[in-house]
Amino acid sequence: MNRSFLARNPSVLIFLAVLGLFTLAVTFASEGLGMGLISTSFVKTLGKTLTLALIAVAMDLVWGYAGILSLGHFAFFGLGGYMIGMWLMYERTRQIVVESMANAAIPPTDQEIVDAIGTQIFGVVGSSDFPAIWAFADSLAIQLILVVAVPGVLALVFGWLAFRSRVTGVYLSILTQAMTLALSLYLFQNDSGLRGNNGLSGLQNIPHLDQVPQSVLSVWFFWASALALALGYVFAAWVVSGKFGSVIRGIRDNEARVRFLGYSVEGYKLFLFTVTAMIAGIAGALYYPQAGIVNPAEIAPIASIYLAVWVAIGGRGRLYGAVIGAVFVSLVSTWFTGGQAPDVNLGFYTISWVDWWTILLGLSFVAVTLFAPKGISGIFDIWTGRRSPQRHGADLGPDPGSLREKEAEE
Amino acid sequence: MTTLLEVSGVSVSFDGFKAINNLSFEIGPAELRAIIGPNGAGKTTFMDIITGKTKPDAGTVLWGELSRPLLKMTEAQIAREGVGRKFQKPTVFEDQTVQENLLMALKKDRGPFAVLFWRPSQDDLDRVETLAAEIGLAAELTRKAGELSHGQKQWLEIGMLLAQEPRLLLVDEPAAGMTPAEREHTTELLVEAAKTRAVVVVEHDMEFIRRLDCRVTVLHEGSVLAEGSLDHVTANQEVIDVYLGR
Repeated sequence: MNRSFLARNPSVLIFLAVLGLFTLAVTFASEGLGMGLISTSFVKTLGKTLTLALIAVAMDLVWGYAGILSLGHFAFFGLGGYMIGMWLMYERTRQIVVESMANAAIPPTDQEIVDAIGTQIFGVVGSSDFPAIWAFADSLAIQLILVVAVPGVLALVFGWLAFRSRVTGVYLSILTQAMTLALSLYLFQNDSGLRGNNGLSGLQNIPHLDQVPQSVLSVWFFWASALALALGYVFAAWVVSGKFGSVIRGIRDNEARVRFLGYSVEGYKLFLFTVTAMIAGIAGALYYPQAGIVNPAEIAPIASIYLAVWVAIGGRGRLYGAVIGAVFVSLVSTWFTGGQAPDVNLGFYTISWVDWWTILLGLSFVAVTLFAPKGISGIFDIWTGRRSPQRHGADLGPDPGSLREKEAEE
Repeated sequence: MTTLLEVSGVSVSFDGFKAINNLSFEIGPAELRAIIGPNGAGKTTFMDIITGKTKPDAGTVLWGELSRPLLKMTEAQIAREGVGRKFQKPTVFEDQTVQENLLMALKKDRGPFAVLFWRPSQDDLDRVETLAAEIGLAAELTRKAGELSHGQKQWLEIGMLLAQEPRLLLVDEPAAGMTPAEREHTTELLVEAAKTRAVVVVEHDMEFIRRLDCRVTVLHEGSVLAEGSLDHVTANQEVIDVYLGR
């Protein structure tokens, strides 16, 4: 069955091959394991980009296929980052505390160590006690489970409330924006227990791997990101390949009709919303150790809107479109906002791309929406000859579904 | 005679307008019934109530041998109970192939997890092919539904209904936009379907109803005006006044 799945979806094989070649190329060009053609920080940028591609695949599932325009998936991404960040920060601090206390005349008790860790981590927000949510921070296994469990449960509860009340379309988008904004504002508070606006930092230092230089670690994380993207992509392709894919595309195009076929639309939406939130959590857990810091600003509403823009520019309703959009836009964005793009001097005014990039992005989003609704990946259609029904001209018959002028001419 | 569906004393009003007024209706497990009535008589609202789209203000709708109340179920649950509906305008999934449309309609477990792991067996594919042949779309299986003509979409939707294997078929103006030959085919299909299940047809076209040769219910201002054979109801003076005379 698996072979027929790949045979029926050649784009999956092509995608995996391209991703594999890209991973090899980056490995050989890296500072840590290769010839040093690209810097460690750029390897990290590429690794982060792959995790962004993974959350874009999740977004494409929920928006491009099922038509749920969620503008809150970066909340799940951020939560995934926080969950892994808690363990990274706790364990790393514990290591340092234990080392520094090792020379003390009297060996420290366990409680003293925990207190010292608390002072180290929470001193910045004027506290030294561990909040209840840090109860499992000493266990990597539990925090890894929480990476998927916390976004999953949040999405399940939020989605159950929203979908059960049949909130759809733009109202659902607004609700998801409200959710991510509320979460971000809550985390900004010092007493939220996650260090307020300082966030969790030093995440690039992986505990017990001090002897491994960052140049090598960055390649390891790059591999992990590539593997996660590959697995996420195959999973998403499998989900949309069968009848499930048919049903969710049906929900996107005509929700009421799917209901009258006997499918509980709410159940499908809830399933998809929750699963994609978990994927977003995994992506976040891989992103933030490469970024080094996670703070509440990461889950501000604008981040989730960017996500929608990537998917729209790349091409909704096909998985490689989401990947292309996320990779292309985020890399170009890095180039423009990193000060590498040359400023344009108009004589009377100098266009500085750091400021003007968002305007350029906004314009290209509008342009894509108006002139190329299939996004960048629409290019592949010309090549493969894939086409969707051409429906132009006025209705010939009395009903909206009737044959249209241009069709009739064929 | 046992009844499959029993609607009794149902009323619903929209902003003070009584769309359905104390309507009662019943149909047996293998029966063909036509519903006629002038515009605004409540024909579509009647179907909306049975399929769960509209909740009535009063009355009961009982279903099946166990007389279970339909009003407490969601649209999807009612559809799973065996109520299939064809809309006035053809609503098929235009971005998907004819085969995908039919596979989606096939009577199978509808739960998300079951559907996720479901893959069509050879039997299912054969069944879809048989259905497609029945509705004259055997050659169009891999085409996208959006590319079909209006009449073909009507057929596809009828095929999807048959694939659902419903116990009660609600059909809203099936012959709209069809050629005379297609109408004849539709008549045959509906008569054939009514041998094993209940079929309710809403139609304006008297000639079409005459060919169906079944009991007719005349709706007017949200309640039943007359019921009986076509000749019986067309002889009724009230029916002539409100409907035929216009």
